[in-house]
Amino acid sequence: MEIHEYQAKEILQKFGIQTPPGGLAYSPEQAAYRAREIGGERWVVKAQIHSGARGKAGGIKVCSNDDEIWEAADELLGKRLVTHQTGPAGKVVHRLYVEAATEIEREIYLGLVLDRAQERVVVVASAEGGMEIEEIARERPDSIIRAAIEPAVGMQDFQARELAFGLGLPASLVSQAVTTFLGVYRAFRDLDATMVEINPLVITRDGRLLALDAKMSFDDNAIFRRPNISELRDKSQEDPREMQAADRGLSYVGLDGNIGNIINGAGLAMATMDMIQHAGGEPANFLDIGGGASPERVAKAFRLVLSDDNVEAMLVNIFAGINRCDWVAEGVVQAVRNIDLKMPLVVRLAGTNVEAGRQILRDSGLPIITAETLAEAAEKVVAAWKQATGK
Amino acid sequence: MAILLTSETPVIVQGFTGQIGTFHAKEMIEYGTRVVGGVTPGKGGTTHLERPVFNTVKDAVQETGAEASIIFVPAPYAADSIMEAADAGIRYCVAITDGIPAHDMIRVKRYMRRYRVENRMRLTGPNCAGTISPGQGMMGIMPGHIYMRGNVGIVGRSGTLGYEAASQMKALGIGVTTSVGIGGDPINGSSFRDILELFEQDPETKAVMMIGEIGGPQEAEAAQYVRDHMSKPVVAYIAGLTAPKGRRMGHAGAIISAFGESAAEKVEILKEAGVTVAPSPAELGVTMARLLQQHGIAA
Repeated sequence: MEIHEYQAKEILQKFGIQTPPGGLAYSPEQAAYRAREIGGERWVVKAQIHSGARGKAGGIKVCSNDDEIWEAADELLGKRLVTHQTGPAGKVVHRLYVEAATEIEREIYLGLVLDRAQERVVVVASAEGGMEIEEIARERPDSIIRAAIEPAVGMQDFQARELAFGLGLPASLVSQAVTTFLGVYRAFRDLDATMVEINPLVITRDGRLLALDAKMSFDDNAIFRRPNISELRDKSQEDPREMQAADRGLSYVGLDGNIGNIINGAGLAMATMDMIQHAGGEPANFLDIGGGASPERVAKAFRLVLSDDNVEAMLVNIFAGINRCDWVAEGVVQAVRNIDLKMPLVVRLAGTNVEAGRQILRDSGLPIITAETLAEAAEKVVAAWKQATGK
Repeated sequence: MAILLTSETPVIVQGFTGQIGTFHAKEMIEYGTRVVGGVTPGKGGTTHLERPVFNTVKDAVQETGAEASIIFVPAPYAADSIMEAADAGIRYCVAITDGIPAHDMIRVKRYMRRYRVENRMRLTGPNCAGTISPGQGMMGIMPGHIYMRGNVGIVGRSGTLGYEAASQMKALGIGVTTSVGIGGDPINGSSFRDILELFEQDPETKAVMMIGEIGGPQEAEAAQYVRDHMSKPVVAYIAGLTAPKGRRMGHAGAIISAFGESAAEKVEILKEAGVTVAPSPAELGVTMARLLQQHGIAA
């Protein structure tokens, strides 16, 4: 789960990380009020969307008076920002964060991730802040400092000091840097985060260490024990179809093709998508219906896949282990009848109760194309799609 | 011989009396697995599926001589159950549970390292379909009948894609020594490399089918192992050629975030290491058949 910058900053403040004074705004009027509240002469109006690289997309504006703040807020609110992280659909701005502008002396990159190879939390820092980490890794790989955290004891002071000195921080800032690094680690560990990024962490002209931006992601599998985090969820930032799917226990990812598919198991789903492409088609989605697929769940999956207007043919591929082919077949028949499906449908069943399942499809009298193997299924659905659409 | 699980292995079920545990324990017993009991805290002293129930894994090990354990405990408590098994002297543990928090798995892996290598439990999963040695025993949730006994080892992240491989091979008369699911989570008990090592040492296994997917460094690590240490031929398939970068494909671990983690890059790395890569998921069986023939191995 992702949260907004302002939410991440609120969390990190509680762990001892300093940030510029700021406030949330939902309207230009409120934005201007926030600026007056904060005081000073220059402010930054920042679009709150679940994505990095907002600056390049025009989502961050520096202002020096009320009018400029009104104008910036007015332009940003309701705007759809497209970054390389949002995909072409972009994300709509509904909230703004107004912050005192900071005089920057130096920018630092600080990130914490779960390192899969080491099976530990790893702190990544670079003196080349402001750039994205991929960019730093490509252009200045030597500037990256890493510290792997021993899970039994957590991050140690010496590790934080090594990072601080490694980044070349002035001696006067080392103790604040240690507090910052340890605090970010504690936030990461205590809240089941999977990623924290402060980019940039800056040294100000007046010699303070401030987090100018902050991003946090959390482990969906641990949300059950983090009620304070789940409250921060902003559904307006999520793909409506993926959200609908997740709320129904289905795993769905929308793609750009025309062949919709319903599959059990994430690996088989990816493999079937590959197979559709191999056969000359393009998958419209990834959908893992999971184990225990009841007829109701199959029907929900159909409605979900068909809510994508690009879908022109459908493939159901179930290799039943804990699932039962007869249940899935019943679900398919019900769904096709209820929805009055107008496009070609190919169904491939294998595994538990496969004969009973195939019998139900045959007895239904519906124009369902059946297939016995994965190859046959993919070839038939692509052929049927081409025939139906003339593509 | 098979690896990890034979017809002799005494197995207990953690989360034995729950709905899911009961269902799959029954299937395992029907398949012929030597299930000697189970653990459900608070139900010790009772009998379930004609087998004794214990309060703790330690009790179960002491009373039944259990060497292996399969975990059906719900995600919030599963990490604790894995550590309990490791501490009680269980040699091999399969964690079926999906949705275990990543931080819990970091703790589990760290905890297991407390034991000397010779006393350390081997863990496969979590979030996997389990392990089956066809004709001998099954610790998992797979449909047993699609596996035929033979001399090819299977190791994979995905359950259903593993079924696909086993059934394609069976259709061509190729059987399996053991099929091991290592699970779809970012931090798992055993890596591809760990299981390849076991297959390399197993005299009965003549070739290995490895089924990977996008995300994570384990396929690249396995490629290096195959290149440097494996004498047996390996067929691989990597799912997710059509998966976009940065989007999670169902499995918590299936997300491309670094170089070497996309399907195309993994395929490249595996090919360079001398692994035969199946061109499509529909050709897992035929690719293995061809490779066996080339090496003069009778299926």
